[in-house]
Amino acid sequence: MSESIFNLTWLIPLPPLLAFFAIILFTNRNKRLSSNVAIGAVSVSWILSWLVAITFFTNPELVKKPFNLMVPWLPTGTTTFSMGVAVDAVTAGMLFMVGFVLTMIFIYSSGYMTFPGHLDPALNTDGLDPRYSRFFAYISLFATGMLGLVVANNLLMLFIFWEIMGLCSYLLIGFWYEKKYPDPKQITPKEAGLKAFLTTRVGDVLLMVGMIFLYIFAGDLNFQVIFSGDTLQHIAAMTVNLPLFGETSWAVLISMLIFFGAIGKSAQFPLHVWLPDAMEGPTPVSALIHAATMVSAGVYLIVRMSPIFMAASHGHNGAMTFVAFIGAFTALFAATIAVAQNDIKRVLAYSTISQLGYMFAALGIGAWVAAIFHLLIHAFFKGLLFLGSGSVIHGVEHGHHHAHEQGHDEGYFDAQDMLNMGGLLKRMPRTGWTFILGGAALSGFPLITAGFWSKDEILSDAWANGHSLVFWTLAAAALLTAFYTFRQIFLTFFGKPRTEAAAHAPESVPSMTVPLMLLAVFAVVGGWIGIPEHFPGLGTILNNPLGRLMGGQAQVYGLHYEVLDFHLFPVVASMTVALGGIFLAWLVYGRRPLKTGEPDPLQVWLGPVHTVLRNKYYVDEFYHATVVRFARWFADMCYAFDSRWFIDPIVNGVGRIGRWFAGALRRFIDEPVIDGAVNGLGLVTQAAGSVVRLLQTGQAQNYLLVLLLTVLVLLAMVQFV
Amino acid sequence: MDFLRNSVLTLIVFLPLVGSVIVMLMPKEDTKRIKQFSIVWSFLPLALSTWLAIDYWIRFLAHGSGGMAYDVNLSWISALGVNYHIGADGLSIPLIFLTALLSFLGVYYSTRVIRKRVKEFFVLFLFLATGMFGVFVALDLILFYVFWEIGLVPMYFLIGIWGQAKDRPQYAAMKFFLYTLAGSVFMLLAIIGVYLSTGTFDIIKAAQIGVWTDWPLAASLSFWAFLIAFAIKVPSFPFHTWLPDAHTAAPTAGSVILAGVLLKLGAYGILRILLPLFPQSFAQYGWIVALLGVIGIVYGAFVSLAQTDLKRLIAYSSVSHMGYVMLGIGATAVALNMKGQEGMLKNATMAFDGAGLQMFMHGIITGALFFLVGVIYERAHTRELAKFGGLSTMVPVFYGTMMFAGFASLGLPGLSGFWAEFFVFRGAFGIVPVLATIGVIGIVITAAYILYRIIQSVFLGEYVAKKWDHWTTVYGKHADGPTDMETFEKVTLWPLVALMILLGIFPSLILNFFNQTAVDILSRLF
Repeated sequence: MSESIFNLTWLIPLPPLLAFFAIILFTNRNKRLSSNVAIGAVSVSWILSWLVAITFFTNPELVKKPFNLMVPWLPTGTTTFSMGVAVDAVTAGMLFMVGFVLTMIFIYSSGYMTFPGHLDPALNTDGLDPRYSRFFAYISLFATGMLGLVVANNLLMLFIFWEIMGLCSYLLIGFWYEKKYPDPKQITPKEAGLKAFLTTRVGDVLLMVGMIFLYIFAGDLNFQVIFSGDTLQHIAAMTVNLPLFGETSWAVLISMLIFFGAIGKSAQFPLHVWLPDAMEGPTPVSALIHAATMVSAGVYLIVRMSPIFMAASHGHNGAMTFVAFIGAFTALFAATIAVAQNDIKRVLAYSTISQLGYMFAALGIGAWVAAIFHLLIHAFFKGLLFLGSGSVIHGVEHGHHHAHEQGHDEGYFDAQDMLNMGGLLKRMPRTGWTFILGGAALSGFPLITAGFWSKDEILSDAWANGHSLVFWTLAAAALLTAFYTFRQIFLTFFGKPRTEAAAHAPESVPSMTVPLMLLAVFAVVGGWIGIPEHFPGLGTILNNPLGRLMGGQAQVYGLHYEVLDFHLFPVVASMTVALGGIFLAWLVYGRRPLKTGEPDPLQVWLGPVHTVLRNKYYVDEFYHATVVRFARWFADMCYAFDSRWFIDPIVNGVGRIGRWFAGALRRFIDEPVIDGAVNGLGLVTQAAGSVVRLLQTGQAQNYLLVLLLTVLVLLAMVQFV
Repeated sequence: MDFLRNSVLTLIVFLPLVGSVIVMLMPKEDTKRIKQFSIVWSFLPLALSTWLAIDYWIRFLAHGSGGMAYDVNLSWISALGVNYHIGADGLSIPLIFLTALLSFLGVYYSTRVIRKRVKEFFVLFLFLATGMFGVFVALDLILFYVFWEIGLVPMYFLIGIWGQAKDRPQYAAMKFFLYTLAGSVFMLLAIIGVYLSTGTFDIIKAAQIGVWTDWPLAASLSFWAFLIAFAIKVPSFPFHTWLPDAHTAAPTAGSVILAGVLLKLGAYGILRILLPLFPQSFAQYGWIVALLGVIGIVYGAFVSLAQTDLKRLIAYSSVSHMGYVMLGIGATAVALNMKGQEGMLKNATMAFDGAGLQMFMHGIITGALFFLVGVIYERAHTRELAKFGGLSTMVPVFYGTMMFAGFASLGLPGLSGFWAEFFVFRGAFGIVPVLATIGVIGIVITAAYILYRIIQSVFLGEYVAKKWDHWTTVYGKHADGPTDMETFEKVTLWPLVALMILLGIFPSLILNFFNQTAVDILSRLF
């Protein structure tokens, strides 16, 4: 295929944007038409993405001279800032994943967005969500954001699309904004949306500051310019004296600021709190935004900006260590929380946080290619798992509805609580088997699943380069991952149904199950592209095309990449933790399935530790007691200072003094002394006064008088000076 | 064409005055004719200023120039050397357009909702436009001063007469009037000072001659006198408390003009007069302007967060948003002290651009927000946030429009407000990084008050009918609940929304004006 196809790259984000405007302006009354417009538009983007990506894959020599298209956009003083698109290996890889996942999830959504259970059934006219069209408008705008982010050739444009995704995330998390729960402490969708937006905003603002500093030092934000050797040397050599940190290289400071943007967007500790609550959004949204694409944009950002991170001391600097630390810590931290969650989606949410932590840890230790590999593979299987969980929830809700009609009313029913499920594999075989495949990939089930290969690569890299602390932390996290994933699988799909709802759950419609099956294919074969060259047998046959491509790109950007020798220990370790975790889960939940009403065995064994995990280490409560309360208190104080305590009282006081002074002037000077002399002036004053008297305030004439007097003074001065 | 070029500014300035006189002569009872006439008449300056912008673009911007054009210089009061000297450049043309647009929309909107003393309203409203246009074109200090004061009187009556009784309109109007007038006294003194030093009231000539170059104390005093007058108008912390009262009390169109245009007069004055006339003093004290800007940004945002009244909240948000303008201007001035440093001219230019953009963008965004407050207030007759909730399902068009305006206001990229913030901070971080760092806190708090206070409490959640039951339609007839926007409201608001999107994607449409002129002005000072 010809390389001229790259000239179409700029078109990739456009069709969904047009669909967004078409839906909100024209087609919103027709729900099916709206969803078809959205699916059609995103399919066009998908095809274009794959054309571009595959063209790139088939011409690997392109890594040396990535495609770059620039259009002058902003006048900045005497210079001009250009916007545009670029395609390198990373973009091509992302386009391949994003285009496909977007389309699958759009199709899935058209089946998923049926009439929601929390609304008054009387409003149900066509079985679809009342805001079905709006949903497709929002996810179309989101698609624009994600595709635009991937093709952007400069950091500013990337940031713009980054924020547009944040908007869509906000809108979609709060999509069912009228939903309430009987427990007032449980977070509602509207609150979850707000929380997500504000939490990520903190990171985004720091990212913007980092971007602005980079702009100041590099004079531009185009990737070609900021990754040029001159710029990198310049920012690495310049230092700034920071309080607490002392003399710091600008490269390190900028990297840290940019990384905070990723911490917010990819929900890393300490800004991870929004992602689990983001599960209040419809499940396709969780799959799309909060698993496959937007949250991984944080990883993409660091992948992109890696040359800046590596600029100071060849990567042996505080920023890289910080990335590795945050990543590894979050990977383990989130995994421990996931073990104690019962909500099927929240388990997956914590696993997403944990897996993103893996990727950051990989980036922090310089395993650039491994991070990209895991990023791409994770999107496929995590998207699959979320869509599978949505299918399960859908089935259980239908089952509940059915049971309800049969007279088995169970009061408030949580269709996402895994304790309300069980034995669903028989009821929902397609959903069940694809979910198991996805779960196996997430657990890193050896050799056959994609997740094994991508995770193994990170562990091997950490081991080979002597980052043993990172290695052991990630290995422990992997053990927990396998455990909670199979805990989820056993609780949901095996054993006997624990509720009437689960017993009557039907399989979902084909528009939902077909995307599941397609994604499941990638959750398995996706890994083959990245099997290390020196892996016995398989490695030589498949020859690691991903590693070669991304490795080539890494060298162009001056990043570290080496073809690792085969080490038995990390491979055995990653097999052991995966299988060990699965085995443990089987021991606890698989061997003897949970019965209705029976508590989770872990809860019994771990006691208070389980309570802490279940409550997510009380981080939410901590933030609420500190940041949120402080902001509100401070706002009230400012307002009181403004209106009651200080500023306004002074203003009013001055006004009162002025009035008193004016009155005194009139009584003692104006009336006895001047009045007689300035008769003509008096007429004018009276005329003005009669107008003002309409207002019944009777004070304005004094000030018109002041105006008049000043003009007179002026006249006098000019005459006599 | 040449005739039009020579007279276009004069026409823009005085057509509204002529219209005002014509309305004054029309019979009071014939409100329909008065309204129709006002709409048509207020469209004329809009058409002219659109032509002006396009003509300036083609003849100047396209050739990389941002200089003064369309100038007319006639002797006015020859004994004093006061001239009718007017002109426009890339700094004033966007603001002239903004004034024309908001005046037109304000007139149009008011024809549908103003029911008492219709004739007086339009007389004053048209009269007000003359004052605002005049400030943006005046190149003579006395002329500037006269227009500055002219705008004050009609606004005083607009607030006092058409304000809601419960908002203490007389108090608010008086506070607004006195505060600005107090500033004007200082300005007048400073103008005299300029005259004593240079022997002219002409801004451009005075800049060439240099004001008080031999007597720094006098220069500082004149500078401060001007600055106080302008800072009150902006309004900058701590002179801002007239604003929430005046905005809250004013009728909808009055608030739109107040926030959209009148606040810009102060910032415009700083850029037009202080920067070229007092570069040394300004460079010396620029950090104070930037500091006041930063305090305004953060403090204004926090105070907004504490509000329970929708209109008051948006009023305070203007304090915060005008803080960005002050930060940009202050940073530009500080940069004059750092001329030697690499890239400083670019930093200064971008800070200047940011201030200009923020003036324009704040005008359309906050203008839209005040119209939106009008939409809900005409129906609910309350602005208490606690009385609303769950309206988005009931009034989807209103909700959608508010979302655009709200997100533009919090600086979401893709909408116009972002570019202003980005340029201000891009400039300011290169010049006053510590202040700018404090300023970014405001961005987060802005998101909090827009989303938490406005969007969440008014639109999201479940609609509970018994929370508030005094709904009417916009025409005052009884209604069982909130009703969605009528056509006239869409006609008023959607052009503003369209501009937010258009300028969010193509900011250079406005940026080009500011940028060329900033280069023009600053390269002379650097």
